Order: sequence, then C-alpha cells, then structure tokens
Amino acid sequence: MSARLSRRDQRPARSSRDRRFTSELGVSAVLLAIGVLVLTDALTMDVEIAQRGPVGPRTVPIAVGAGLLAVAALLAVDVLRGGRGAAEEGEDVDLSEPADWRTVLMLVGVFLGTAVLIEPLGFPAAGALLFWGAAYALGSRRFDRDPLIAATLSLVTYVVFNNLLGVPLPGGPLMGAL
Amino acid sequence: MDAFGSLLDGFGTALTPMSLLWAAIGVLLGTAIGVLPGIGPAMAVALLLPVTYGLDPTGAFIMFAGIYYGAMFGGSTTSILLNTPGESAAVVAAMEGHPMATSGRGAQALAAAAIGHFTGGMIGTLLLVALAPTIADLAVDFGAPDFFAIMVLAFIAVTSVLGASRIRGLASLLIGLAIGLVGLDQMTGQQRLTFGSLQLADGIDVVVVAVGLFAIGEALWVAAHLRRTTAEAIPVGRPWLGRADLRRTWKPWLRGPLIGFPFGAVPAGGAEIPTFLSYVTEKRLSKHPDEWGRGAIEGVAGPESAASASAAGTLGTMLTLGLPTTAVAAVMLAAFQQYGIQPGPLLFQHEPDLVWGLIASLFIGMVLLLALNLPLAPLWARLLRIPRQYLYAGILFFAAVGAYAVGGEVIDLVILLVIGLVGFGMRRYGLPVLPAVIGVILGPNAEQQLRRALQISDGSLSGLVSTPFAVTVYVIILLIVLWPLLRRLPLPRRRTG
Repeated sequence: MSARLSRRDQRPARSSRDRRFTSELGVSAVLLAIGVLVLTDALTMDVEIAQRGPVGPRTVPIAVGAGLLAVAALLAVDVLRGGRGAAEEGEDVDLSEPADWRTVLMLVGVFLGTAVLIEPLGFPAAGALLFWGAAYALGSRRFDRDPLIAATLSLVTYVVFNNLLGVPLPGGPLMGAL
Repeated sequence: MDAFGSLLDGFGTALTPMSLLWAAIGVLLGTAIGVLPGIGPAMAVALLLPVTYGLDPTGAFIMFAGIYYGAMFGGSTTSILLNTPGESAAVVAAMEGHPMATSGRGAQALAAAAIGHFTGGMIGTLLLVALAPTIADLAVDFGAPDFFAIMVLAFIAVTSVLGASRIRGLASLLIGLAIGLVGLDQMTGQQRLTFGSLQLADGIDVVVVAVGLFAIGEALWVAAHLRRTTAEAIPVGRPWLGRADLRRTWKPWLRGPLIGFPFGAVPAGGAEIPTFLSYVTEKRLSKHPDEWGRGAIEGVAGPESAASASAAGTLGTMLTLGLPTTAVAAVMLAAFQQYGIQPGPLLFQHEPDLVWGLIASLFIGMVLLLALNLPLAPLWARLLRIPRQYLYAGILFFAAVGAYAVGGEVIDLVILLVIGLVGFGMRRYGLPVLPAVIGVILGPNAEQQLRRALQISDGSLSGLVSTPFAVTVYVIILLIVLWPLLRRLPLPRRRTG
C-alpha cells in the first residue's frame, strides 16, 4: 500500500483533491474488511464448548463486527458529503510538504531487518544497526559519530535490561566472545 | 477519616532509598520528555512498560507517576521558550508565556509556570488524598453492571468528547476492540481471531499495541513529514519572580486546581479543557486586561496550576474506579494489568502499600520537580538542540526493545510494526489514537463484566440497569451522545484540501 501511495504522491498536484478523496474512502474499505473478518470469525465459531451463561463467546465479536460495518458505511457517507480527516499535527511535523515516503519505507526496512537479525546477531549488534540505520534513513550522515552513539546506546540498554532488570535479551556471538 | 494516617504509612514506603531513586529517575525522565518535542508522557510510559517485567510494582508506578508530573513541568518550558508546546497540556502556556519570553520576561514566565505546577500538583494531590478513599468506599459495592456502565462511559466519552470527528473516534475504538478480541476467550477458552496461530492464541500483548500505536506510529508519521528547520529557543536566565508578579500570580495558582482537578477526574480529555478554561477565567478576572495576548503572567500561572491538578484528578479516577481518562492513565492501567493488579475500589484494600506509597511519592516528586525546574530551566532548554534524527531513531530503538522484551519473540516485532503502520494510517486520516488504546485495554474487561452482569440476570438486558448507579451513568452517556443534536449541530468535522 505504501509503494502505491508513493507513486501517487509524485504526480502533479492538480489531481491532489481526487487522490485524497479516494484514499479517504480507503479507510472505509479497511474498516469494512476488518468488520467482515471479525464477523466471519464469530459466525464460523464452533461454540460446542460449554457455554457459561446466556452470553457466549460470539456475542461481543458479532457486535464489534457489525459496529465496524456500520462505521465503515457512515464514514463513507461522511467522506462523500465532503468530510475529511484532519492529519495530525505536531511540533516536528510539517504538513505543508508532501509526505516523504522514501524515509518511511527505509525505516520499515531497517525495522524488519532488525527483526531478522536479532536472533543470529544478538541484541547489542542488531540494536546498534537499528539505531544507526534509522538515524541514516532520517538523514543523519555523521559517520564518525552515529555508529559510536548507536553502539553505546545498544550496549548500555542490553546491560540494563539483561543484567540489572533481569529481562533476558539475546547476547549473540558478540557477547559470547566478550 | 484515616486517610492521612494511611498517607503517613505511604511516606514510609516512599522515603526508602529505592523509592526515592525511582521517583528521581521518573521526574528527570519526565522533565526531559516534557521538554522534548515529539515524545509525550503516554509514549514514554509505554516505552518503559518492559521494566514492569523486572521491577516491583511500587517502584514502577512511582517512576511512571514521576514521568506524568514531570512531563507537565517540562512541557511548559518548551511552550514558553519555543512557542511549540512539548505536550498537548502545555498549549495554553504558549499563549501568554511566549510573548513574555520574547519581551524579555522569560524568567518570570518559567517561574510562574513551575510554581504553578507545584501548587496545582500539591493541591490536586491533597484533594486526591481527601477524596479517593471515600470514592473507593462508595464504589466498593459495585457489581458487574456498574463496572460495565463505567466502561461504556469511557468508550463513549473518549470517542465523543475528544477529537474533531465522532465517526473517526468510533472507528478507532472499534479497531481497538477488535484487536482486544484476538486470543482465547477468557470465560470459555474459545479461540477468537487467532486463525489457528499459536502465537495469536496468547492474544496481542497490550505493551505491543501501546508501543506500536504511540511510539512506532508517531515516529513513522513524523518521519514522513519531518520539519527541516527547527526553531531556536529564546535564551533566558534563572527563573524568578518579583514582588509585583507574586501579587498577580498567587490567586491564579490557587484557582487553577479547582478547575483542573475535576476535569482531570472525568473522561473529558485530561488537561486540555481545564487549562483553557483557567486561561479564560483568569483573563476575565484580570486587573490588567490590556496585557493579555502580549504576555500576562496570570495566563501562565493559572493554566499551569490547573494542568498539574488535572493529573492528580486523572490518577484519582484511575486508582479508585480503574477508569483511564487520559492516554497516560490508559498506559498505566496496562502496566497494572501486566502485574495482574486490578485498579478499582478494592485496590485501596488489597494493595494499600502500593497505593499510598504511590500517592506519597507524588508529594516528594513535586518537591524534586520544583528544585529541578526552577533553577535549571535554562539547562533543560538545551535538550531542544538534540538532533531530531537521534530522537526518532531512539524512539524506534526503544520500541523494539519493549516489544521484544515481552516474550523474546521475533513475531512480536513484526506485530509491533504492523500496529505501528496502523497508527501511522490513523494519524494520516485523522483517526484519534486514544480510543483504540482504551478499546484494547478496557475491551476484554468490559466484555467480562457484561457477561457476568447478564449471567446474574439470566440473559435479561434489564440486568445491565439493575442498580441506580448504572442507570445514572447511562443517563450521562445519553446526554453526551445527544449533545450535538441538542445543540443542533451536524457531525462536527474539519475540512482539509
């Protein structure tokens, strides 16, 4: 979905209103999809297992699923009548510029990379790569300072969690060698 | 009442070296988080949830409360010196505080804010001590219908009172409720939305949801729209107040908590409404109406006092009824769940050491915060120079630590990212995040109370309105729901593009 939006955002601004319109309806579609998922799961549930009380495990999921369908419809009506969701503002957020999808995709990639590497490499190494990679994706190019900060942060966090708080994190070959 | 006796016992807990250490860490982190843009107290507590795996509950909650109060103090520093509020609670502080800073009265503005937070926090916490045991006593006979009604009130209030669009708030709540359904049904063990996956049968951990929505979602959202130029903070000296300023500020300091505390205690969005109301009140009562908008010190003193008092009110409702009225309280409730402790009327009986130790530590935290902020505010302002790349890389880093620490499962990192992307989408399309978090945290509990209530009444819906309290709550809910119709307003919405 992100890739698709990325290409769209690079188009000339004249179609900006239509684009915004369709993507707003996309929210409705997502809600509809979740609603259908929740309802299907609830209705296909096998409730042979001793049901205690008049309200079984299906009632609330059915209500939530129906609610999602209703909200999806209401939101679509709201959008068609001209309603738009206001993008969230913030101190570091500049909404006057178009979204920078490249950075977001790079961050997602770095994060997934960490998930893959955390077990083979151990937390200190994978965590340092996550911090450095994220800082790089966000535009930091201080090759003298960034890796050093990343390594220190990762190692200190590892020691605090693993040794002080007693929350085990994988040390990996690096900590094995030390 | 023996509330003050229990409070003295609480000081016994709070004055131990370990408790003092956690309080100090909490207020230091809180102030830093308050000063830093982009990271709020709810995200900070969410990122720190993994410490609950290694820390005793008393220490953890003392630290969390320190973060909550500290963020209030720190948030106004950014508002005053930079005109960009570090927290939503500090928006009002910028209105008079920043003009004061630009006209060379930054030191006085910082002092009025810091002492305001101190006074408001102190009075608010005293009100908490006086009222909380009474409320807990009243609520001690609450049954399933009462709790269910309160939770419905939380759901409705969080979707209706806050945000620009009710329908988008409701969508967010339902997404949260749906996430809360994943896993085994608590009463029958029936698998729901697990799709045969063993990992999903355990449910999606609240830590992963909170961190994903608050931290990953926010970091990705900011990354997509990162402001390339950062404003420079106005340099100031040590905060101080002259005699003339003190004469103008002491009344607003004392009035603030009267507005802040009650608004913090009800589900009306935390500090935003009371700070604004206090601002309006002080403006009306001011003897210097010509100064407003150009730096009236009352407009800093009152709202900041109200902000800290609202934090005390929020904690009161969370501890006595188990009802979160702000995002921070919601995440703290998740922390209680991690420990298997159920906040609510019985908390004061079952965990007196924890509750009173926590409340006593609030007083200690307030003194620490005043000492930290009054002389050191210029030093804190230097935190604003931290490169944004490091700030948001750090948020992603600690989010990964938190999710992985839940169970040492790589799948949690993937779920975290998916929920983070949901949080990103919600920010882009104006869906508020808080209803989803409340839905995940309260949803499963609300379902249990509903089923228990209906079990007692043998399936008859009248079981839900079997107590006067529940009926009262439903009337309030009805009023909230019908409010826009009563005011003859169409669906409120904002237009963009």
